[in-house]
Amino acid sequence: MKLLPKIKPAQLPAAGAKFVDDRLTVATPMRRIFNKVFPDHWSFMLGEIALYSFVVLLLTGTFLTLFFDPSMTEVVYDGSYTPLKGVEMSRAYATSLDISFDVRGGLIMRQIHHWAALVFVGAMTVHMFRTFFTGAFRKPRELNWLIGIGLLTLGMLEGFAGYSIPDDALSGTGLRIMNAIILSIPLVGTWVAYAIFGGEFPGGGEIIPRLYITHVLLIPAILVGLVAAHMALLVKQKHTQFPGKGRTEKNVMGERMFPGFAAKGGGFFMIVFGVLAMLGGWFQINPIWLFGPYKGEVVSAGSQPDFYVGWIDGWIRLWPAWETRNFDYTIPAVFWPSVVFPGVVFTLAALWPFLEAKFTKDVHFHNLLQRPRDVPARTGLGAMVVSVLLILLISGGNDIIAEKFDISLNAMTWAGRIGLIIVPPLVYFVTYRICLGLQQHDREVLAHGLETGIIKRLPHGEFIEVHQPLGEVDEHGHTHLEYAGAPVPKKMNKIGATGAQPRGVFFPVERRSDVEAEQKALAGGHKE
Amino acid sequence: MSETHGKPLDLDAEDVTRFDLVREGARRDGVEIAYYEPRFDPSEPKGKREKRIERVIALMLLTTGVAATAFVVIYGWWDWKYELDGETDKWFTPLLGTCMGLALFGIGGAVITWAKKLLPKETSIQAHHGGASAEDEQQLTVATLENMAEETGITRRPLLKGALAVGLLPVGAMAVVPLGALIKKPRGELFDTGFSKGTRLVRLDGSPIRPDDVSAGGIETVFPGIPGGTTNHYADSPTLLVHLRPADAKKAVPRKGQSDFNYGPFYAYSKICTHAGCPASLYEQQTQKLLCPCHQSQFDVLEGCKPIFGPATRPLPQLPITVDDEGFFVSKSDYIEAIGPAFWERP
Repeated sequence: MKLLPKIKPAQLPAAGAKFVDDRLTVATPMRRIFNKVFPDHWSFMLGEIALYSFVVLLLTGTFLTLFFDPSMTEVVYDGSYTPLKGVEMSRAYATSLDISFDVRGGLIMRQIHHWAALVFVGAMTVHMFRTFFTGAFRKPRELNWLIGIGLLTLGMLEGFAGYSIPDDALSGTGLRIMNAIILSIPLVGTWVAYAIFGGEFPGGGEIIPRLYITHVLLIPAILVGLVAAHMALLVKQKHTQFPGKGRTEKNVMGERMFPGFAAKGGGFFMIVFGVLAMLGGWFQINPIWLFGPYKGEVVSAGSQPDFYVGWIDGWIRLWPAWETRNFDYTIPAVFWPSVVFPGVVFTLAALWPFLEAKFTKDVHFHNLLQRPRDVPARTGLGAMVVSVLLILLISGGNDIIAEKFDISLNAMTWAGRIGLIIVPPLVYFVTYRICLGLQQHDREVLAHGLETGIIKRLPHGEFIEVHQPLGEVDEHGHTHLEYAGAPVPKKMNKIGATGAQPRGVFFPVERRSDVEAEQKALAGGHKE
Repeated sequence: MSETHGKPLDLDAEDVTRFDLVREGARRDGVEIAYYEPRFDPSEPKGKREKRIERVIALMLLTTGVAATAFVVIYGWWDWKYELDGETDKWFTPLLGTCMGLALFGIGGAVITWAKKLLPKETSIQAHHGGASAEDEQQLTVATLENMAEETGITRRPLLKGALAVGLLPVGAMAVVPLGALIKKPRGELFDTGFSKGTRLVRLDGSPIRPDDVSAGGIETVFPGIPGGTTNHYADSPTLLVHLRPADAKKAVPRKGQSDFNYGPFYAYSKICTHAGCPASLYEQQTQKLLCPCHQSQFDVLEGCKPIFGPATRPLPQLPITVDDEGFFVSKSDYIEAIGPAFWERP
C-alpha cells in the first residue's frame, strides 16, 4: 500500500497548497497576503532595522541566558581573566565574566547583543521621527503611533535592565542613580524604592534577580506582543505613501509582497544581522572586566549610560541645584529632570496625533504622506525637539568632551544650560524659514518653469535665463500647475530633456529602454 | 495592458495563460498589476548581462558557504582561551564576527540582487478602502452589541448589578494584593550608616588607621570597622578621610555647629554624593574640591563640603571623628544627618 501518492517535484507546491487548503480553507487569504502591495521608499527601512535587530536580540539573548546566573551569592572569581582572580564578587558578575572569557563564542554573543540593543533603540527613535516628520501618525494610524511609543519606552527600560544585571561597577553606578531617581518621587519615593530594591540601596540582593526576570521574560514578552500588534495594524491599515504620479489617498502603489518585496526584506535582515555581527566581532563594547565588581565606594571618571539614556542623564547634569523644602518635606533636584521631564516628553509624544488633529481641526483620513517642508510648523517643532535631545545627549557626555577638547567642565555645563534656552527657538525659526523657502522654490518652478542654464541676451542688452515651463503657458509666460506636495523636477534631465533618466548614483541600475517602457505603460495604462 | 481590470476572467477559456490567472487573482484582491515586464525574456538565449548577474549572485552565495564553513571551523578548533597578554585570543572574536558577517552579507546580497536584477519589474496598485465600515454594517454591529447588554438584562436587574460590583471588585484587589509582598516599610536605614559612637575607621582590608597613615594633602577611603562594614551591605557608609595641608587647614571653615567634627587637619566626609548617590571621589588637591564623576557636582572641602557647582543641593555630611586610646581614628557618633541622595521624608 502506498502511503503517499506519487508526485513529481514540479507539482509539489500545488499539491502542498492543496493539502493545506483542503483542511484550512486559506487559498484566498493567503493569496491576498502574497499580493499585498508595498510602496518603496528608503525611509520605510528604518522600522525594518528596528524589527531585525530585535530578532537578533532574541537570538543572542537566548544564548546568553544559557550561561548567565543572576544570583547575588558571593563567590571568589576563579576564571581565566587573571587580573580579577581571587576577587570576591557576585555570581552574576562572575558568570558575566565567564561568558566573556570561558564560554566559547560567549564574548561575541554578548557584544552582538549589546550592539543590537543600541541599534534597536536607535532605529526605533529615527523611525519615530520619520513617522513624525511625514505625518504618517495621522488618522487612521494614531493607534499604531501609541504602540510605537510603548515599544520605545519599553525598549529603553529593557536596555537599562540588561545594562544593570552584569553587576559590574558601571551597572551598579547606574542602579545607584536609578535608586536616587526613584527616591526623589514625592510622597511614595522611599516606599517604591524599598519595594523594588528590597530595602535601602542596594537592598539584600533582590534587585539583580528581579531585573533579570524583567529583562528576559516580562518586557520581551510584552515587546513581542506589541511588535506583533504593530505589524498587524500595518498590514490591516496598509502603508502610507508619498504623493506622486498615480498615487492617491485611496490606493497603494508599489510592488507585491511576494516575491519581490519579501526577498528584499529578507535580504535586508541578513545585511542588518551581518552588520551587527561585524560590530560584535570588531568593536569592543561594555568591557565589564575592566570595571570590576560593583562596590559602593567605587566609581570611575567618565561613567556613561548607553546613548538612549544619555539625554536624561544630560538633563540631570544640567539641572540647577533647585530643591524645594517645605514643612520638613523635600522634593530633590533629581526629580524634575529624571521623572517629570521624561514623563512629559513621552506623554506629549503619545498625545501628539490627537493634539495636532485638534489644533488643525483635521478629521480626515490620510494615506498620503506629507513632505516635511509642507508642514513647516510641525517640522520646526520636530527639529526643535531634536535639538533639545542633542544638546542633552552632548551634555550627558560633557565630562568626556571637556577632557578631550580641554574645555572647562563648568563651561560645558553652562553652555548646555544656556544652549537649551537659546538654541531650540532658533532651530524652530530657521527650520520654519527653510521649509517655506523650499516650498517657495517648488512653486516658482511650477509657475515659471525650470532653470535651463541657458543665458539669453535681449536686444536692449539685458541678460535673462531661459526657463523651461512644465506645462502650457498663459500670456505672461506662467504655467498654472497646482502645488501637490509632491517632488517637483529641478533639473532639465529630470523632465526627459536628455531622455528618460535611469536610476543609480554611480552607474545606471536600469536600462533607459526599460524606464521609457515603464513610463509609457504608466502614462497610458490607467487613469486614477 | 489592463483589459481584465473590472471584468472577471473566464478561468477555463482556451487562451488563458498562467499570468492571466495571477493577474485575475490580484484583481480579486483589489490589486491591479499596472506595469509588469520581465527583465529578461525567457524564450531568448541568455545574454551577457543576465549571465553576469547570475555569476555575481552565485559568487555571493559561494562567499556565504566559505565564510559559514570558516565560522564553524574557527568556532570549533581555534585555540581561543584568554591568556593575559596572549596572542591567541586576540583574533577569535573578530574572526567569528567577520565570518558570520560575510556569510550573512553573502545571503543578503544574493537575495537582494536576485530581487532587484532578475525578478520582473512591476508596479502594482492596490485599492485602499480605509476608514469606517459601511454605515449599515456599523448599525448591525452596534445592534448586536446592544442586544448582548439587553439579553443579560443588566439594566433591569439592579440587585445583580450591585452584586457584581460587590463580588468582583475584591477579585480585582485579590489580583493586585500579592504584589504587596514587595512592600517593605522604610525604617531608619536611610538616616543611619554603619558608624556609631566609637566605631573605628578602617580601610578596605579592615585595618584601622592612625593619623600618621595619611600624609598631608592625602585622602583615604574609610569604612566602619564593624562586621561587613566594607561590603555593599553598608553601601551608605564609605567615607572620605581628608588630611588637609597646614596652609589649607588654616583656611578651613567648618559648617555651623560642626566645628568639633574634625580631628585637627583631618576631616571625614561622606563619600556618597548628595545628588544621586555616586561616590564623589575625585579630589582636586590644588583647589580643595571634590568632584562627583556622575553629574559633576563639586564640593568645597574647605567649607564643610558645601556644593559649589552642579546639581547637588546639600553639602556632603561630615562624620565627627576623634582618636581612641590606641591612637586609631574612631567616629564620635553616626552622621548627624541622612547621607546620600535626598528623598521626600528628609527634612
